Amino acid sequence: MATFFGEVVVAPSRAGLDEEEEAREETPEDREIRREIEKKREVDVLWTWQSGGCAEEPLVCSRFIVAIGRNAAAFLSSFILDSVCWEVVGVVKLWNEWCRTSSTTNVLPTDSFCLFYRLVSDPTVLLCQCSCYVAEDQQFQWLEKVFGSMQKKGLQVTILSTCPVADYKTQESTLTLVSPFLKALKTKEFQEQVCCPLLEQPNIVRDLPAA
Amino acid sequence: LLQPAVSVGNVGQLAIDLVISTLDMTKVGYFYTDCLVPMVGNNPYATAEENSTELSINAEVYSLPSKKLVVLQIRSPFIKNKYRPFCETLLSWVKSSKCARVVLLSSSHAYQRDDEQLLGTPLRYLLTPDLEKAVGGRMKELNWKEMEKVAAYPGISDTDKVLHIPGGGITKLLFTESCSEGIQMAVLLKFCSEGDNIPDAFVLVNYLNEWLQLIKSESNNSTDSSSQWKIPSSWRLLFGNGLPPALF
Repeated sequence: MATFFGEVVVAPSRAGLDEEEEAREETPEDREIRREIEKKREVDVLWTWQSGGCAEEPLVCSRFIVAIGRNAAAFLSSFILDSVCWEVVGVVKLWNEWCRTSSTTNVLPTDSFCLFYRLVSDPTVLLCQCSCYVAEDQQFQWLEKVFGSMQKKGLQVTILSTCPVADYKTQESTLTLVSPFLKALKTKEFQEQVCCPLLEQPNIVRDLPAA
Repeated sequence: LLQPAVSVGNVGQLAIDLVISTLDMTKVGYFYTDCLVPMVGNNPYATAEENSTELSINAEVYSLPSKKLVVLQIRSPFIKNKYRPFCETLLSWVKSSKCARVVLLSSSHAYQRDDEQLLGTPLRYLLTPDLEKAVGGRMKELNWKEMEKVAAYPGISDTDKVLHIPGGGITKLLFTESCSEGIQMAVLLKFCSEGDNIPDAFVLVNYLNEWLQLIKSESNNSTDSSSQWKIPSSWRLLFGNGLPPALF
């Protein structure tokens, strides 16, 4: 498939459909296998501040900072998180072909994990470190389950992530660009000053940060 | 409702970009769906600093009330196993919003054509029975070619003929579902291959224009109106960045 240098094309066809898959009707065995796989790929969000028996109340949250990917997670570990000011309040347990996270909150920096922390001095400030890869079919679930546990009124969300410079589309060559550099996307509801330039067309963000 | 199928060369989607950009359509909504790969960026149709910071996502709806036109643009591929739920949701939205007609822009692998299809126009159309009654005559006037059916088992002469749209993504599913649900749907498609599909998009959008007359063609030859379609700013750099000077 003709494409420009540097683009990594994952799908076998841009039409996105596997022809054989489309033509075959699903047998009961297929359905069963698909259901089992879906169950295995389910995303579980476990909040440690709730005990098993009581009703789930939404978490009151005013600011939610999400760091997606190893670099962003490492940034938070190095500059923001410490065991005094922040306490662990949740963990995401998921499995996909790239990684598996567990429900333990005692993790090493080299593990794949997705943890939630709360600022002790202001419990409405929440932080998420997601160093594991959340697959395409799990992103929506992650989103719904995490945000579903929150009371979203007046909530400000900040998403931190990284992308390879080679993916950045610009008139000059990326070799001459001074990197790393910051770019931002914001919703129109965000009225505050952004600390860096906005992401220019035709660049896009994908996967969990986009979701 | 005018929409693309995510298909070979993304031709339908490119053609829709041209329609939205040229007619300066207003965004009126979006699909909040788990069926498409998430993506977000700044306004792909930006013309100036002021309008370039509106966020844009993978499935958005635009409208032009003066032409009673609603356009859905789909920007990312389907997540595995999710294309059926998406089609079901889409068609139920078409019915509940009392949309009169759906026009689907699509494409099909050029290498799968048979000997006869290799000659003549690479453009084809399909109409559901309900729409055939209304506009079948117009297609004949325009001298358009209907998409041929192929033998279900090639090589065996005595078999049923079926509709086969290789590389067409959800085109066949949407079309067959619309036939059985009494929806008026037209499919316009072009045979093409992956590559620089911008010319294919122009050909497809001009084909659409022959029928719907969305823009006026300057000359009498309606295929000559390429210059009147406005290319969106997001089409820049489709084939990569500038070259490093150190290369030379």
